[in-house]
Amino acid sequence: MKADLNVNGRAVSVELEPRTTLLDCLRDHLGLTGTHAGCEHGICGACTVLLDGEPVRSCLMFAVQADGYAITTIEAVAPAPGELSIVQDAFCETHGLQCGYCTPGMILTAEALLRRIPDPTRADIVNAISANICRCTGYGQIVEAVALAAKRLAGSNMPRALPPGEGA
Amino acid sequence: MSAQPFRFVATPRRVREDRRFVAGRGNFVADVNLPGMLHVALVPSQHAAARILSIDASSALAMPGVHAVATGAELAAAADPLMNGLDTPRVRRFPLAVGQVRYNGEWVAAVAAETRALAEDAAERVAVDYEPLPFVLDPEQALRPESPAVHPDHGSNILLDRTFVWGEVERHFAQSPRQLSFRVTWGRNSTVPVETFGVVAAWDPWNELLDVWASIQMPKYADQIARALRVPANAVRVHYDVDVGGSYGVKRGIKHTVLAGYLARRLARPVRLLEDRLENMRAGDAHGPDRIFDVAVAFEDDGIINAMRMQALDNAGAYAGRAPFQLGKPIGAIVGPYRIKSVEYRAISVTTNKAAQEAVRGFGQSPTNYAIETAIERVAAAVGVDRIEVRRRNFIRKDEFPYLIPSGTRYDSGDYHTVLDKVLAHVEWPKLAHERDRLRQDGWLAGIGIAACLEPSGGNSAFEPLLNPKNTTTTWMESCRINVDALGHVAATIHTTSSGQGHETLAATVIGEVLQIEPDRIRIVRPDSLASLPGNSPVGSRMAIMLGGAAFHAAEKLKRKLMAIAAHQFGCSDQAIDYAAGAAAERNGTRRLDWGELVTIAHRNFHLLPPGFEPGLEVTHVMQVPTGTALPTQDGRVQMYPCHSFELHLVLVAIDPELGKPQFRRYVIGHDCGTVINPAIVKGMTLGGIAHGIGAALLEEFIYDDQGQMISQSFMDYVLPSAHEVPDVEIVHHCTPSPFTVLGQKGSGESGYLGAPAAVASAVNDAVAPLGLAFTKLPIRISELSDAVAAARASGKDRIGTGTA
Repeated sequence: MKADLNVNGRAVSVELEPRTTLLDCLRDHLGLTGTHAGCEHGICGACTVLLDGEPVRSCLMFAVQADGYAITTIEAVAPAPGELSIVQDAFCETHGLQCGYCTPGMILTAEALLRRIPDPTRADIVNAISANICRCTGYGQIVEAVALAAKRLAGSNMPRALPPGEGA
Repeated sequence: MSAQPFRFVATPRRVREDRRFVAGRGNFVADVNLPGMLHVALVPSQHAAARILSIDASSALAMPGVHAVATGAELAAAADPLMNGLDTPRVRRFPLAVGQVRYNGEWVAAVAAETRALAEDAAERVAVDYEPLPFVLDPEQALRPESPAVHPDHGSNILLDRTFVWGEVERHFAQSPRQLSFRVTWGRNSTVPVETFGVVAAWDPWNELLDVWASIQMPKYADQIARALRVPANAVRVHYDVDVGGSYGVKRGIKHTVLAGYLARRLARPVRLLEDRLENMRAGDAHGPDRIFDVAVAFEDDGIINAMRMQALDNAGAYAGRAPFQLGKPIGAIVGPYRIKSVEYRAISVTTNKAAQEAVRGFGQSPTNYAIETAIERVAAAVGVDRIEVRRRNFIRKDEFPYLIPSGTRYDSGDYHTVLDKVLAHVEWPKLAHERDRLRQDGWLAGIGIAACLEPSGGNSAFEPLLNPKNTTTTWMESCRINVDALGHVAATIHTTSSGQGHETLAATVIGEVLQIEPDRIRIVRPDSLASLPGNSPVGSRMAIMLGGAAFHAAEKLKRKLMAIAAHQFGCSDQAIDYAAGAAAERNGTRRLDWGELVTIAHRNFHLLPPGFEPGLEVTHVMQVPTGTALPTQDGRVQMYPCHSFELHLVLVAIDPELGKPQFRRYVIGHDCGTVINPAIVKGMTLGGIAHGIGAALLEEFIYDDQGQMISQSFMDYVLPSAHEVPDVEIVHHCTPSPFTVLGQKGSGESGYLGAPAAVASAVNDAVAPLGLAFTKLPIRISELSDAVAAARASGKDRIGTGTA
């Protein structure tokens, strides 16, 4: 069947089996391989994408169910090729990752958190990222990265950009 | 951090790999997508042990888009058995079960189809007839002669049973005034990376070349593929530029690779095999040690330990693989950081009808450390001396290094007393003890956990010849090549995949340090296996020592080459040249050649090169393991690892007596891994290791029911620590440089994990001690904890709040 999706601000039409998950659709049909399969049963959060700005597990929903939502993947976070967002840059600054496999999901979770709570406490950060399993870091430098990103965003004196396809 | 002044090493620098990952631009194996690629799904065994009577694949093969259903019989005819570490030729292992299944989930058949979904549908239509056989799950039962043999041809379930006696154990036991013994058990867990294992294989019949992209962390990977598939090793090309989504030891998918390689050849199509999570946990053959320790120690009234007897019985699962060697590595630190004079060590590895084991972070060292640390705690309790004081009394002193332990390893360096003192000062020890007592008065079960241990690092795989006399390995080399192009830009090679360790940053930092050029300007590349120099992949906490060492020596060679070129122009000796930041100058003169001029001479002016010089500017270094040069002695002594990092954990937990869930109120680790090359990387490894150790201590276990079915099949049953379970960890640094490495560095890839389980167990046991309870098996599950506490209180032993310490 055909699914009409809004992915990273772009309207796309995909021919797929109804049982195709959003995760498989993004990776296999649209070539957006920054979204990763971890457990494929909704626990680990490696497949996190944003739907209308909210983090969701793309392994737990069918692609056709995403019709009508603005889907944001990690590929849309960097403002330009080779240029990092403040959140991405903060992860690099604190080394809030190692193997990089859970990282796209972590960053989208962090982006969503910081849009919702611009000045999060440590507990806010821990609550948010507890939805995403990282096996490498023990989370310490991830918490540092999100706190640093919050501080830099607050100091950036710029309007908070909405992800493509949202608001406006 | 070190007395040596460094320009780039040990300074806070970014990790270059991070940029691609935060942008979602890693190159993981699931991102490798070849035209015409087929996908594999597997048919798992429903039984713990059964004879395969028949396999009917006709219905699966009739489905459009299904290309093949391979069976074990077919594979056994076309491939050789996978490598065993030990000399156990009748424990034969193929990617698919041959004639008989030996554990629940074992692969019986493999379906290759146009899509993964189709392959999975077809796998459900493969009909297998079984005749169930008796099985054995418990390692002590497996030892009994009347137990069913997992491999009848092998004759018993015993893969390994060796007893080593190092020193005068009998005399020390006889002469010591005190003795005690105990049993502790380490449950079967693993590293369970967020990315499962995957492999893509493509056979080019016109070039007779097998290309392999894999999520791999494995020494001699290409060799093992070639042997099993009966092709020359130069017909296997492993692509090392695949990013590995976590491994920590276990990503050794040789059976997956041989299967995918076989199918790719047979079908003349690229083939991809990606584990799903259930496959990964049930039949990825990636479980870790599953071990029972029986320990006895002989000691003085003041807590000084003279001798130890340790028996480690490990449940290897259904096949041998390399897992039994995990009983061998701990021999290199069998006395931990303590001056125990003599040791008897019996290592037993048995087969059972559980999934096969693979290497897990620390390669058996963390379970052994848990057993050693339990001994220290028991001795302290027995003699009535504070647990910290008993450790202090038994620690090797800093003036005793290099220190020869009974099993033949010489520890390189350390200062355990100072690290302990720094940690105690950091936490303000009396305050921490007071805080525990205050929590107890408030109704909590509160306890302080302590663990001290070593991280043997830079491995030379000496446990191979020690446990298998037919194996004569005395090298575990690593290499680096540096090439300076005609424009003066530097590119260096590393010859492995990486799974988050930051090897590109490591190599660039070290080369930049030696050449005194900005590391960020150095390109690091990963040639494929056919273009690579010898190497052994990132195992045994070795890359800072071995890749760092190879990069250092290669850069030194390059520097000497540049200095020789300059000396030749100046007509002076090489020794009269000063090198600084890429330029070479006469020490006692004014002449000087900068980087660009030296490069031009090397690349364009053969007539200006010293006699015997090859044109161009390229150097190679293949590095031998420091100290690792000899085979074991007849009495089983060997220098196992060159370097020994030290860690000391101090933990405060509080447990709600009703809920039984330990909360971490404080987690401090004192860490000494010598010179730290990149502080952010080492910090991350340590914090990640602690998180993993908390999982092993409290949450993670692969459980089999009495029918041999693995019941922890999802992340709801096999619980990985989330940000809620891992506390904010404080690290207290200390640096005792290793005398055996180029920059004084030691390993850190297993740090945190090696002591955290012991420390957490110690804390929980301190918390429940007032109830008369002691847990002797990991993980200590929340449910067990709360049940035991409830039972103890019901029986009137509730003495919480009495302030006993």
